[in-house]
Amino acid sequence: MKRVALLFACVVSLAAPLLAAASGVTLLNVSYDPTRELYRDVNAAFAAQWKAQHGDTVTIRMSHDGSGKQARAIADGLPGDVATLALAYDLDTLADRGLVAKNWQQRLPDNSAPYTSTIVFLVRKGNPKKIRDWSDLIRPGVQVITPNPKTSGGARWNFLAAWGYALKQPGGNEAKARAFVKALYQHVPVLDAGARGATNTFVQRGMGDVLLAWENEALLAQRELGKGSFEIVVPSLSILAEPPVTVIDANVDKHHTRAVAEAYLKFLYSPQGQELEAKNFYRPRSPQVMAKYAAQFPKVKTFTIREVFGDWRQVQARFFADGGIFDQIGPGG
Amino acid sequence: MKRRVLPGFGLSLGLTLSYLGLIVLLPLAALAWKATGAGVEAWLHLLSSPRVIAALRLSFGGALLAALLDALAGLLVAWVLVRYRFPGRRLLDAFIDLPFAMPTAVAGIALTALYAPNGWLGRWFALADIRIAYAPQGVLVAMAFVGFPFVVRTLQPVLENLDREIEEAAESLGARRWQTFARVLLPMLAPTLLTGFALALARAAGEYGSVIFIAGNIPMRSEIAPLLIVQKLEQFDYAGAAALAVIMLAFAFVLLILISLLQRWSGRWTELPA
Repeated sequence: MKRVALLFACVVSLAAPLLAAASGVTLLNVSYDPTRELYRDVNAAFAAQWKAQHGDTVTIRMSHDGSGKQARAIADGLPGDVATLALAYDLDTLADRGLVAKNWQQRLPDNSAPYTSTIVFLVRKGNPKKIRDWSDLIRPGVQVITPNPKTSGGARWNFLAAWGYALKQPGGNEAKARAFVKALYQHVPVLDAGARGATNTFVQRGMGDVLLAWENEALLAQRELGKGSFEIVVPSLSILAEPPVTVIDANVDKHHTRAVAEAYLKFLYSPQGQELEAKNFYRPRSPQVMAKYAAQFPKVKTFTIREVFGDWRQVQARFFADGGIFDQIGPGG
Repeated sequence: MKRRVLPGFGLSLGLTLSYLGLIVLLPLAALAWKATGAGVEAWLHLLSSPRVIAALRLSFGGALLAALLDALAGLLVAWVLVRYRFPGRRLLDAFIDLPFAMPTAVAGIALTALYAPNGWLGRWFALADIRIAYAPQGVLVAMAFVGFPFVVRTLQPVLENLDREIEEAAESLGARRWQTFARVLLPMLAPTLLTGFALALARAAGEYGSVIFIAGNIPMRSEIAPLLIVQKLEQFDYAGAAALAVIMLAFAFVLLILISLLQRWSGRWTELPA
């Protein structure tokens, strides 16, 4: 199916210059799974703004899949103009292949992440297992649903959030963090390949007592499924997830779309863009917009990857590469 | 010289070879080429890793069991569909092909919904403390599902052509029912049954889409070999992924050769109308 999608994208991109000649510009935004609703709103708003300012029609096409898969598709030739993915690591791999400038993360404010999210717990109605914080997840009889960090970007945030929590407890150290995360994965009965799959396992299949989820996914699930059936629990400490965005230099230069692609990404930082992100449950960077949506986003203490782990390349090599820490302490290991 | 239906042996053989080369050999050669990118050390590491061995055991062990189940059930179903006339037979016959036509992800999700601990069937198994979805048993269910049509569809035409007089002769010579089945029918059907078995086995061993939803994917327990390949791709380890794929192919190749030897042996005294 991926192949078909790729083929389709190729056909679309081949046809794009023809369409562009006729009626303005086309951009392809290569994104990860849970941003469908967000970019539907953003694309419409940006197209309207661009038309008003420049008189040109801009059409933005979307491609959604797991973040790692999307990075691979771009590396294999998916002609995206901008990439809006789940982890900086995925964009680093594109920089390694010369498709994106090495300094991509410094080109836009806030590490090129216009919105953030964090990892929270989704529990069943009434919170029957009384789950309040990370330490409750390793109590006997509690089952935790989280996808496989080797195949899911979101799952890597979950893993690192748990590790960072244990590390930052009084008397915490590497050995204790390792023991805690190991114990946590002993409570995981199913390792889905992706974040949406894990949500499905928890919500539809009724597996587990708690789902480790992106805050935006948890809020969306709550809205879609009705407030009554699930509750969100915010742990005492979590990770600041920064989904990064960049133009894909090699492709925008080929398509002559750099100006509009850069404007599109800047739009994500504009008051209007920030508002749309907040509406779609991503935490905006702008303090004003954040204040307006304070009721939706409970206060949460967070740490960043940089503060605790260094950069994503180090994280990837140390934790998630073959034979890395996850392979040593993960379920079945 | 005999007149052939297809003109020009050279032309038709040439077309056959180019088609085969383009569709089958070229991708396989590309795979083998990629796999050479993995060094000797990587190969040894792969072949000695307990996790890889566990995954291969599940993929091929599960496929063998699933194909065996399919062969038994498929023989019965093909027999019923060929030998009996009953209302709804044609409809039932059409249902057999559904696993062919259904996208594997849909099949996986449907089977998981059925067999999950809160599913229609799963809840009854859960009462008896039997796990199906999210356990190796689930892998077996999905594999049996995707392989089933192969057995039925290979057996059907042979069963239809089977001469009933042979059974009658056996009976008139005093054979009991099970003797007729075991010593007359089964030897005649064995080569075809083995073909169906081999097809179901090959399909199940390589199956990814449906298994992934129902397996639970816990390393060492319910993780199939194709998932390890995907995980390697996820890390941009194309050579490692290709190497693992070559290992899987080698396994499958050896199994298929063994089955074809078995087939020749089982067919040694029967001359089936081809």
